[in-house]
Amino acid sequence: MAALALLLTGGGDAVSVSAPAGTRLAGRFAAIRGALGRRAVIALPYAWLAVFFLVPFLIVLKIAFSNIQLSMPPVEPVMVWTADHVLQLRLHFSNFTFVFGDELYLAAFVNSLQVAGVSTLFALLIGYPMAYGIARAPGAWRNILFLLVVLPFFTSFLLRVYAWMGLLGRSGPINALLMQLGIIHEPVQLLQTDFAVYLGMVYSYLPFMVLPLYSAIEKLDLTLLEAAADLGCRPAKAFFMITLPLTKEGIFAGCLLVFIPAVGEYVIPALLGGPDTLMIGRVVWDEFFGNRDWPVASALAIVLLVILAGFVLLLQRVQAQEGEA
Amino acid sequence: MNAVVGAGVETGQKGPAPYVRIERLTKRFGDFVAVRQVSLEIQRGEIFCLLGGSGCGKTTLLRMLAGFETPTDGAIFIDGVDVTQVPPYERPVNMMFQSYALFPHMTVAQNVAFGLKQDGTARGEIESRVQEMLSLVQLNGYEKRKPHQLSGGQRQRVALARALVKRPKLLLLDEPLGALDKKLREHTQFELVNLQEKLGVTFVIVTHDQEEAMTLASRIGVMRAGEILQVGTPADIYEFPNSRFVADFIGSVNMVEGRLIEDEPDHVRIECAQLGAIVYVDHGVSSPPDAPVSVAIRPEKIQLSRERPEQTDNVLQGVIAGIAYLGNATRYLVRLPTGFLLRVTAPNVFRHEERLEPDERVWLHWHSSSPVVVTR
Ligand SMILES: Nc1ncnc2c1ncn2[C@@H]1O[C@H](COP(=O)(O)OP(=O)(O)OP(=O)(O)O)[C@@H](O)[C@H]1O
Ligand SMILES: [Mg+2]
Repeated sequence: MAALALLLTGGGDAVSVSAPAGTRLAGRFAAIRGALGRRAVIALPYAWLAVFFLVPFLIVLKIAFSNIQLSMPPVEPVMVWTADHVLQLRLHFSNFTFVFGDELYLAAFVNSLQVAGVSTLFALLIGYPMAYGIARAPGAWRNILFLLVVLPFFTSFLLRVYAWMGLLGRSGPINALLMQLGIIHEPVQLLQTDFAVYLGMVYSYLPFMVLPLYSAIEKLDLTLLEAAADLGCRPAKAFFMITLPLTKEGIFAGCLLVFIPAVGEYVIPALLGGPDTLMIGRVVWDEFFGNRDWPVASALAIVLLVILAGFVLLLQRVQAQEGEA
Repeated sequence: MNAVVGAGVETGQKGPAPYVRIERLTKRFGDFVAVRQVSLEIQRGEIFCLLGGSGCGKTTLLRMLAGFETPTDGAIFIDGVDVTQVPPYERPVNMMFQSYALFPHMTVAQNVAFGLKQDGTARGEIESRVQEMLSLVQLNGYEKRKPHQLSGGQRQRVALARALVKRPKLLLLDEPLGALDKKLREHTQFELVNLQEKLGVTFVIVTHDQEEAMTLASRIGVMRAGEILQVGTPADIYEFPNSRFVADFIGSVNMVEGRLIEDEPDHVRIECAQLGAIVYVDHGVSSPPDAPVSVAIRPEKIQLSRERPEQTDNVLQGVIAGIAYLGNATRYLVRLPTGFLLRVTAPNVFRHEERLEPDERVWLHWHSSSPVVVTR
């Protein structure tokens, strides 16, 4: 919308009024062409977002207001052209009232947010020292360590989660090692516990935490720490007074990158969690494939999206306020 | 080693105990020696300038004083206490960084208060001392600004206030005026000297701008390749340089090679092939006879005239090869019969002066005390 309005009003202001007619025309032409080129460049990512994000979202939104029916796809159309030439728009809010009315869904939401929140916290606590170490490592080491962080991406995500199943199993190496060391006498249940879910989450999303943190810490001007020391600030205190506040952007970015996919995560709780690990991603999956209830699944997805968008906006608001102050 | 007898040489008598004493300080980075065997004494209340070309180790020396670099060898004493191994946050020293290093997430007031907060100073006192400092650097009303909302000169003053607020006995300044334009620079130099007098702080200033060093310093240490070549007042350094490098580095100079042909305690004669003449110098030189020496003559110490001067020694003839009118002075380039070009500066005393013309034949002469003979 904004781009369109600019296109209609802009462009001409680059042309000076007093110029002779010939150059004025040429100038106007060049200005319009330049403006079009610029707009085209800006329009490309918008077009991408529209096709691959907005359209699918609208489809999901449409399904969320639809009703279940035995057909393929298993939903009623939202817009109907009736026999007496009336375009009928029928929006079923029942899916949403159903979602909000059922305590199971509420519990799934709360549990998902909690698991994602705790996982994000642990990823931050582990990721920050990692990122700090990499950013402060001598040149040659830095590249190697950096490579090690992204190395897991070279194998399939699913495969890595399966690997954890093997590691955590009753006869897996972790139980074997604990027994060897005499810490336990018979294998303990590690798989299909909340512990396994947290472990999988932190493991899988750690790189998304480390990368933005690394770039923030690496950018930090070290003379600021020297200045702090010069003014009598001990290194540990300088970390909290200088390093931490100046890498806040990286912390925000890393937390969002971990938290958002973690809330909707399906694979990790499904493979590592127990039958009673209730997470929203799994509920959506069950509604969609188990119950073939596309509208309720879509309504759940929309609610999740609204919650997450709320989080992002809140964080942005906080950040903007701090930037001003 | 000093070639000039009786001038610019330590008299040997002991003054008050030095405030800063640096003993044979050496810093190596791998195989590279950034600072080599530097010994220095700096008195209380001095403005000491470290002067030298890029990469000669000035910053490294200053960083060792602040405690950011650990010396490979040698020791630093501040007020008689060995601080060589004391971490920076425990030294009674503050530093003003070349890049200012203001904390970008804090306001001007928070930046200035930072050092006092570390000492656990009472809130009320912090506030009054911050205000006092800010009015000293004329930044009242800027308390709530962040560093990125300030001009370069204002940032520099915040950095100065932050470094001074703890009332350090020793303030280290690394090219403090590097980022300022010429006018503001001159103004700030003046302010710095004023402040220093008012607060009685000892300043160690690093610079590669010799004019700045001359303006600010009570004493200058000239560095080259990690070593201190000469320490002295600006006048000492200018009039009695102890080496070719120092003579060349400070101000402009005509440097000619020569050979000692007459070496008496009260005068010497030096044969200079480049000048095609024998230079007479009215003081002795401590150098073996026949040794190669260099003669340094400052351009403003050579006089030009159309008529033959009365003196017989140190008289040459030449042709004006170039003229540059600078306003306060005129700079001439005079070609000698040998082809050597001598730089001569003449003050413009009268407005309607009859100036020399290009290609004019002129006489050159200088007083026999003017040349400086250096042996290294
Ligand atoms: N951390 C370091 N590792 C290796 N070499 C260094 C290091 N710091 C400085 N050097 C070297 O030591 C020498 C002196 O550096 P220094 O920064 O003291 O120079 P400087 O006199 O301050 O120069 P400038 O006027 O350009 O600031 C330089 O050749 C530099 O390359
Ligand atoms: Mg330097």
